[in-house]
Amino acid sequence: MIRLLLILLMFALPAGAETVVAGLSQNRVAITANFDGSEILVFGAVARDAPVPPGQLDVIVTIEGPAGPVIVRRKARRAGIWVNTDAVGIDTAPSFYAIATTGPLSEILSETDNLRHRISIGRAVRTIGASGQAADSPVFTDALIRLRRASGVYLVEDGGVTLERDTLIRADVRLPANLTEGIFRARIFLLREGRVVAVEETAIDVQKAGIERFLHRLALDRPLIYGILSLSLAILAGWLASAAFTWLRR
Amino acid sequence: MQLYLPIAEVSVNALTLLGLGGLVGVLSGMFGVGGGFLITPLLMFIGVPPGVAVATGANQVVASSVSGVLAHLKRRTVDFRMGLVLLAGGMIGSGAGIWVFSILRRLGQVELLVQLSYVVFLGMIGVMMLQESLRAMHRASRPGAPLRRAHQHYLVHRLPLKLRFRVSGLYISVIPPMLVGAVVGFLAAIMGVGGGFIMVPAMIYLLGMPTKVVVGTSLFQIIFVTAFTTLMHAITAYSVDILLAVVLIFGGVIGAQVGTQIGLRLKAERLRLFLALLVLSVSVKIAFDLLLTPSELYVLTPGRLP
Repeated sequence: MIRLLLILLMFALPAGAETVVAGLSQNRVAITANFDGSEILVFGAVARDAPVPPGQLDVIVTIEGPAGPVIVRRKARRAGIWVNTDAVGIDTAPSFYAIATTGPLSEILSETDNLRHRISIGRAVRTIGASGQAADSPVFTDALIRLRRASGVYLVEDGGVTLERDTLIRADVRLPANLTEGIFRARIFLLREGRVVAVEETAIDVQKAGIERFLHRLALDRPLIYGILSLSLAILAGWLASAAFTWLRR
Repeated sequence: MQLYLPIAEVSVNALTLLGLGGLVGVLSGMFGVGGGFLITPLLMFIGVPPGVAVATGANQVVASSVSGVLAHLKRRTVDFRMGLVLLAGGMIGSGAGIWVFSILRRLGQVELLVQLSYVVFLGMIGVMMLQESLRAMHRASRPGAPLRRAHQHYLVHRLPLKLRFRVSGLYISVIPPMLVGAVVGFLAAIMGVGGGFIMVPAMIYLLGMPTKVVVGTSLFQIIFVTAFTTLMHAITAYSVDILLAVVLIFGGVIGAQVGTQIGLRLKAERLRLFLALLVLSVSVKIAFDLLLTPSELYVLTPGRLP
């Protein structure tokens, strides 16, 4: 199928065009009770129907988790105590974002193409409505990125992609243990002179499995039953412990 | 051993959780406090989101309280009549508290309110208990000193609707315990805890109940308040993490039994001194958080600005 698509692409594209074919070591990540992060291998090859064009070829690999709105609050001292004062609502920020490149991002990617494809972390976080909520709203966006990088859910790896003979692509991305469920998007960009010449996109299905999945569904679909179950478990455990200790002392 | 929590969506060490549960369980059994005021900040400290920490903490408190009450039942140190009167007031106060809490959440200052009430109430109660227990210990160390009366007669004893609380050895109006229950229920809902640390001193100093009865009765009442809180959180916010609760409970129920044994071996005034110091240290810790320049000025919360 991919091969057929490739042949079609080759005919459709102008001479000298490059395309990228990519694969992932796994398209599904199961979050089980002992889930401790996961390693994803992104691999690919550059396909061309003409001799290698001149100039430097660069590759960027991104993996993006499901996005959602985030409120960033800032503390300030009021009457001697530190309280939340200003707040900025970020329209949507990915819950996870990893970006691996063959070189420093600012050197291999032009700002126009960054804007168009939303590649860098700063672009992946959408802040259209943020300006005007505080005098210095960009500071809040920076804080969001800094905090998420510190907690390991935003990753930047300059040189994290290996490119062999301008054809073979390989990148290892480590998914942390505190993942959010959802469809993750993996993208591979081919770049020449700062411009994106080809993109390939694949989805990774990150889902809770087994008991994790069962409990999560139950909590959302049947909250009353789930609540009563939690309580019964607590009461039973309390009684069992008391009974066990009485028996032990005998 | 790492454990991924399905609702909290974080991966934590199972042994750390077991230890936390056990520690809070010991305190719960010793003092008759549910331990919510300890478990909730501790869970947040290890990375559990605040909402999940509050809701799951409440669920854990149910288990340790049941275990504690059963241990006290055997010694007949639970005043059911007093417990039910307190509970009636507690439910009214708790309902009002949940309502006020939702208003403040909309105003965006709920975190500050929670912290301030921790500092103010824990601080006040801690200082009061510390003074009293030190005085009691001082008196006990001088055998020749004149004995104080079991309890003084205030206005409280002239109110109508008098009821005999046999286990507590009291004959007082139901109005003061109802009021105490309501105030505690209200604060508990706002602070997201069971309220034992307010209830225990209130029972000792305001109602004049004997310390030994106070612990069991407080635990009895806490079961119902925290069960109500847990259910409310599960239904409205889906924030009870059952897997987290199971691990905490496992440590907690064992701890509660151990704590009850320690509590029965300690002198009443010494028990109160330890509780006073514990309550004070939590209060001071939160006060420092509010007063010192935080290392991180920005906080992230998922969701949209209202």
